[in-house]
Amino acid sequence: MSQDLVNLEVDGVAVTGRKGQMIMQVTDTTDSYIPRFCYHQKLSVAANCRMCLVEVEKAPKPLPACATPIAEGMKVFTKSPKAIGAQKATMEFLLINHPLDCPICDQGGECELQDLAMGFGRDAARFAERKRVVKDKNLGPLVSTDMTRCIHCTRCVRFTAEIAGLQELGTTGRGEDMQIGTWIEKSVDHELSGNIIDLCPVGALNSKPFRYQGRSWEMTEQALVSPHDSVGSNLSAHVRRGRLMRIVPRANEAINETWISDRDRFSYEGIYASDRLQAPLIRKDGRLVPTDWQSALEAAAAGLKSVVATHGAASLGVLALPGATLEEHWLLARLARALGTANLDHRLRRIDFRDQDADPAFAGLGVALADLDTRDAVLVIGADLRHEAPIIAHRLRTAAMRNAAKVVFVNPAAFDYLFPVAAQQVVPAAGMTAELLALGRALAEAAGQPLPAALAAATAPSPAHTAAAQALAGGGARRLVLLGGLAERHPAFSDLRAAAAAIAGLLGASLGYVPDGANAAGAALAGVLPHRAEGGQVATARGRDAAAMLSGGLKGYVLHGGLEPGLDTTAADAEASLERAEFVLALSPFAPESLERYAHVVLPIGTFAETSGTFVNLEGRWQSFAGAALPVGEARPGWKVLRVLGNLLGVAGFDYPTSEAVREELKARLGALAGAPAATEYRGAWRPSGPLTGVLAELPLYQSDPLVRRAQALQETREAARLRAVY
Amino acid sequence: MSAATGTSVLSEHTRHEIDHWIAKFPPGKQRSALLAALRAAQHQNQGYLTTPLMDAIADYLGLPAIQVYEVATFYSMFETKPAGRLHVSVCTNIACMLCGSDKIVEHIEKRLGIKTGESTPDGKFFLKREEECLAACNNAPMMMIDHVYYENLTPEKVDQVLESLK
Repeated sequence: MSQDLVNLEVDGVAVTGRKGQMIMQVTDTTDSYIPRFCYHQKLSVAANCRMCLVEVEKAPKPLPACATPIAEGMKVFTKSPKAIGAQKATMEFLLINHPLDCPICDQGGECELQDLAMGFGRDAARFAERKRVVKDKNLGPLVSTDMTRCIHCTRCVRFTAEIAGLQELGTTGRGEDMQIGTWIEKSVDHELSGNIIDLCPVGALNSKPFRYQGRSWEMTEQALVSPHDSVGSNLSAHVRRGRLMRIVPRANEAINETWISDRDRFSYEGIYASDRLQAPLIRKDGRLVPTDWQSALEAAAAGLKSVVATHGAASLGVLALPGATLEEHWLLARLARALGTANLDHRLRRIDFRDQDADPAFAGLGVALADLDTRDAVLVIGADLRHEAPIIAHRLRTAAMRNAAKVVFVNPAAFDYLFPVAAQQVVPAAGMTAELLALGRALAEAAGQPLPAALAAATAPSPAHTAAAQALAGGGARRLVLLGGLAERHPAFSDLRAAAAAIAGLLGASLGYVPDGANAAGAALAGVLPHRAEGGQVATARGRDAAAMLSGGLKGYVLHGGLEPGLDTTAADAEASLERAEFVLALSPFAPESLERYAHVVLPIGTFAETSGTFVNLEGRWQSFAGAALPVGEARPGWKVLRVLGNLLGVAGFDYPTSEAVREELKARLGALAGAPAATEYRGAWRPSGPLTGVLAELPLYQSDPLVRRAQALQETREAARLRAVY
Repeated sequence: MSAATGTSVLSEHTRHEIDHWIAKFPPGKQRSALLAALRAAQHQNQGYLTTPLMDAIADYLGLPAIQVYEVATFYSMFETKPAGRLHVSVCTNIACMLCGSDKIVEHIEKRLGIKTGESTPDGKFFLKREEECLAACNNAPMMMIDHVYYENLTPEKVDQVLESLK
């Protein structure tokens, strides 16, 4: 080990680095800051901005710190006259063509070029010739361009080629005529492409929705967690006078590294959508009319009591969006049980509940997110990962590119994955179970193991199955079997899961899920389930699942989180069932026109940015955040509304002073389960059987929840305009 | 995009030429055949590249289209806008310049009635904007027309050469 370490001296201080590291990587761990534009720790080294030139003893010329490997006994001077002179000269060249439009540039105040020009720039230009002007590009509705400001660091180009895996940007022309762009008129469409906004060290690439909306020094930064997928990407909200102005990533190496998906970045526009609910609504003479909180809450409590009194508690159903906070889920679960109903669910898009008793305490990934990068083999069943959880698709790509992981897909369509895929078994939705069974049998035969009972119905494997089995079992032992959103929504989810579990057993792999919604894990832990109390305990009374509730028969409904029937649920007749109900209470940030047809009382609640709360991600990681923005109109945080409702209904012990108190109460009840990684072993004994009824359809990327459906810029993308596929 | 687009836009001869170059490189390194592919496609299309042609090459080689555009716009041998059939490139680097290349350029411009960077209306000649040293300094001034060198140029010799080309 010791021969891998290299001793060198930076600015007179002895430091140690690993063999093969560049000077920049070593100095970044010390106090010596070296200015840079093109270097980025997540991207390949380009060494084309020359800003990081430093003096190295015995080297005749200054050397770029980002591209010079360290050597034993090397003496680096980052602040010597020679180094500073080189950096200042580089800066002078960079500024030759850079426009002096900082006062109207969105990057002003958070610009790496501006900052470094303060330290290394001259106060006057010596360049009197013509400056180059570059035509701006139209990269679509998300990224704005001011290409004259570009300094050709190529970070954006390297991002699209190396991280996204789909090179959409390039450098065309050469010399003075070199430009960054797409050459043909084309939008950048990759689901992570918004990250080029953060990578751009100057004001060339900026957020289009945020263009000319605010200055960086006017805003405060608040920590948030993504409300869209189960990854729980860390976000920073930039807030000005209570209004959320934009979202940027918050680095967390264990979760989202430094990236976030476009959905996480631009969905904030939905918070200020035109159909945002401003005040409580109550039905009067057949119409929803605005009212005050007191009347609305009293009407809500009275309505619920009346349904329970007239028809019994079993005729009341509670449905929560999986993206609601842990605190809201826990209060809903307590409220429902206090009202006497067990009809309680958050699995709105699932249709096959036959084997629900085998559900784990909460659906998790089976491994830590960061460990996805180092898997040797992954079997992905029924998942369009780039749409369901872009960060997971990115990490799987890292595993395939860096670790040569063998990734096998069993999907109803061939999705484009931008990395080498070991095998992609594409079969119609109805044939997915048979496909899995055959794959399992091929695995068992190859390993010389007896066929597990769950795979008994398998047909003889084809050579394709044998090859896929070979890919999965052939390499290293870090394996994972992953059930995605398409599997979860599949009409034969139970069959798929039983087969997947048997295959995981044969492979010695973890079994993981990519559940729908940002907080499905939290909802399950809080017991927003008809068959489970908190922490996965078997419920004393068993209620109806989401599909059964929505297919009719109930007299009263509580809908939490702004869920819209048909869009957030799979059940086709959901809205009709709601319309037939006697009393529907909706807690919603939005007022879609469908509410007019079925709701009796509507209470405005805050979105994820306007409430404090906790999301539990698919690793079981609890991430709490404080409210970032002021609620719109008369909206109040969901947990507060539920608390008052609980008080009005006379539920004991509902006087929580803070959302933390709600969280701590649940945490205490969960004991060791709180914050523990998901236990994903399959406890069921289901035998794949069922005839398949029902349809498996795509859940489009920008249709996943009410907030993103209202984000205008995202809805203008090419992705949003694509037709929804039915498999 | 599929290989099918690639096959319909690229002629059989062009594809044959690209295959010939792909075979010279290790498997998976077909990006190395890009320059040859662009050259073949430019010949096929009478002297300039079109976006469909470059997209077809990208498909054929399995590259992102932008990588083809990058190379096509970087090298001065490739034209991405309509240009005349015969590419006339007069070297204007130091040796040729000292031997009078400016006069040669001026003569050609007058004779063809176009400026550098333009094509004749009949689509026959394209006078390239600027040509760097073509390594024939011993016989300066010189020009190259479609890969053929013409050296020790005088206005009269230029007339003869242009006359002789069809």
